Amino acid sequence: MSIDMAQFHQVFFEESFEGLDIMESGLLNLSPGEPDSEAINSIFRAAHSIKGGSGTFGFTEISDFTHVMETLMDEMRDGRRQITQAAVNLLLGSVDCLREMLFAVKEGQAIDAERVAEHKHALDLEQQKSGSSQQDKSLSAHEPLSNQAHQSDSKVIGWHIAFSPHTDLLKTGNDPVRMFRELSVLGELEVTADFRGVPDFYQLDPEECHLSWNLVLKGDIDRAPIDEAFAWVEDDCDLAIQPLYQADDLSLLVPGAENQVSANRAQHPAAEHVVQAGVSKPAEISTPVVIKEKAPGDEAKNKGSTSIRVDTSKIDTLINMVGELVITQSMLSLIGEHFDMSKQDQLKNGLAQLERHTRELQESVMNIRMMPINSVFSRFSRLVHDLSNKLGKKIDLKLIGEHTEVDKTVVELISDPLVHLVRNSLDHGIEMPDERVAVGKPETGTVTLEAYHRGGNIVIEVSDDGKGLDKDRLRAKAIEKGLLDEDAILTDKQTFELIFMPGFSTAEQLTDISGRGVGMDVVRRNIQALGGNIEIISELGKGSTISIHLPLTLAILDGQSIAVGDETYIVPLGSIIESLHIKEERINRVADKGETFLLRSEYLPIIRMHEIFKVPNVKTTKLSEGLLVVVEGQGVRCGLFVDDLLGQQQVVIKSLEANYRRIEGVSGATILGDGSVALILDIPGLVRLANQ
Amino acid sequence: MKSENQPSPNDKEVNQFLTFELAGDSYAVEILKVQEIRGWEPVRKIPNTPGFIKGALNLRGTIVPVLDLRERFGLENVEYTPVTVVIVLSINNNDHPMVLGVIADTVSDVLDLNLADIKPAPNFGVNIDTRYMRGIYVAKQGMIMLLDVDKLLDVDDLTKIESLL
Repeated sequence: MSIDMAQFHQVFFEESFEGLDIMESGLLNLSPGEPDSEAINSIFRAAHSIKGGSGTFGFTEISDFTHVMETLMDEMRDGRRQITQAAVNLLLGSVDCLREMLFAVKEGQAIDAERVAEHKHALDLEQQKSGSSQQDKSLSAHEPLSNQAHQSDSKVIGWHIAFSPHTDLLKTGNDPVRMFRELSVLGELEVTADFRGVPDFYQLDPEECHLSWNLVLKGDIDRAPIDEAFAWVEDDCDLAIQPLYQADDLSLLVPGAENQVSANRAQHPAAEHVVQAGVSKPAEISTPVVIKEKAPGDEAKNKGSTSIRVDTSKIDTLINMVGELVITQSMLSLIGEHFDMSKQDQLKNGLAQLERHTRELQESVMNIRMMPINSVFSRFSRLVHDLSNKLGKKIDLKLIGEHTEVDKTVVELISDPLVHLVRNSLDHGIEMPDERVAVGKPETGTVTLEAYHRGGNIVIEVSDDGKGLDKDRLRAKAIEKGLLDEDAILTDKQTFELIFMPGFSTAEQLTDISGRGVGMDVVRRNIQALGGNIEIISELGKGSTISIHLPLTLAILDGQSIAVGDETYIVPLGSIIESLHIKEERINRVADKGETFLLRSEYLPIIRMHEIFKVPNVKTTKLSEGLLVVVEGQGVRCGLFVDDLLGQQQVVIKSLEANYRRIEGVSGATILGDGSVALILDIPGLVRLANQ
Repeated sequence: MKSENQPSPNDKEVNQFLTFELAGDSYAVEILKVQEIRGWEPVRKIPNTPGFIKGALNLRGTIVPVLDLRERFGLENVEYTPVTVVIVLSINNNDHPMVLGVIADTVSDVLDLNLADIKPAPNFGVNIDTRYMRGIYVAKQGMIMLLDVDKLLDVDDLTKIESLL
């Protein structure tokens, strides 16, 4: 029986990409020199599941590649390898490479074999540097190459194993002699014991192991069975297993000379020859930071996943609610079956219960779409890591409130604007280390990403302790670009908002990180498209904070229903400033075309809803008899002339485009309590329509 | 475009069609395109759309536009009565599935038609554009016009017409 594995591919890819994210964030948290076993373990586990999964599905390139990474991390985990910045960078590069491979496989494209080989080679090189490679720099650069070349050129004729157990090895029930016996089955084994660690007779504890051994195992043997022999003691010993080649002089491997082995080998004539052959391809050991060429945002953009992972507890709540709802429903139908007026109270109670359950159900269903903003925030550690290296700045990223839950759509759409803002902070906000020291700030700058709920909104703040915005320069720039009159009087807030104007960039020189023209105006437009707004507070020399306010969900809106003729429309409550009756004398007509009215010394245009939407049967066409709803959209204020205000309610936004098309002035539709459809007005669209 | 609509002569396949009436004439749509049939109920007007788009209907939470086929075909308008029906069609608009309602006078029957018996549509003149016709079937009770719903309700096409108005 064969099972169609393809049906599990989606899950595999999702899990793998998730695993990659875990690896990436774990690697970024690793600090060189301090092995944090929990962090390494989680990276290792993620790598291991990717390897296992890809093996199961027959993606051998991926499992092979992951295996190499895994081996490296295994050594780090056991403390046999020091965690160096170079190694971490190399692994980060490999994570990128792995992500590309997975992506290629997912899309059914060919894997970029050259790139993979390049990474794999770099990993192999790193792996062959012995655990604590504190040797001479030039040596460590050459030595692995020679090994690498060896492996392809000459045959492995055996293995050299340096085995020094920790003192408590015997207490764990392991017997070295038994292990040696096991090895001797594989091939010809020479064992040399090293007695130097044995203490004075009087201090000797017979239950402790003070011996270490050098073993030479000759024969055409795979590494795997050797690893297996030591599998039980891996954590209780220092183990170094090195292949022996034809060219190697076995006499080098005398006890005690272990740490000179690699040095000697490099000087060996045969080995030297190979080194020269290897040096002709020096590009292959370029630093991993260079290998990483793509911006981390590139892959993220394509990742529009269509499925969602939901906490089981959320589902359980949902099931409970539905259970309650069913009970209420059966209770109500029981009342309805033999209804008389005496049961009126019961009915009322039942309906109240129904209402409560429905509302709770709605809330918990909406809750399913909520996911922690962490999934966006976590990408930034990598961005900051890479960019600060590139810019030569020292920057810490602080994440606050990353568990704040936001609607999935918001999470997907907020990522790009946030990348832009963080890049801006890194590039323009934070100063170079020496500049910072000169003004008495700590050398390392801090960029903070914070998310929290306020009212029905989620607030996301990007702040830095950099140089802040220079009001005078902003002003001068705006005047120079013709965006501002020279004698305009602006508040601080208005001045800062200048940076959101199209075509405004104060960056003295354009870098490839930011300042490419598409700027803050695009960010603001994107945020407004999500129904949010963006604000900036800045203090010269102290830093800036940009706050984004977004609605918690994009699927529900607080609306005000208005009546025009027989039609009912919904106006987003957030865009309404006030509603009023106006007197005839405050209305101005401009050449029989536009009508404006005076509101607190400001002339606002009037949009007659019945005219613009061609609605018949309106109650009145006289402005003084109807009602004006003053609304604001994208900075433009106007008065909507309507018959009446009906009521406020939360409405669920439905798409009109799904089955029809976009209508100017209408942002969507909703269903009212009586089951009829009502259109939701799009204020900026209405203004455009009115101007036509 | 036209040749595509004409059935090939060696087509022996039998399809089911739903027939309905408009101003005394019989029309038919492929039954697999029909999602449901419901009675007429008032719809919400959509502003600034052609007159034959009557408005939007709430179909169990989905907003569905409703078209009046009489107006679409330039036939005489009538008051909607209790027997007026809305045929909800799931169509394919440029590979994008859409749901649309069309208003018809009455629904008549479901017919098994041999595709080979469908004759290409003659030119009717201005009012009924043959682009929207899949062909004609001659039954005992008269002619039945088979509509190609994917083309008939092509929203992009409607928009073009609207811009000409």
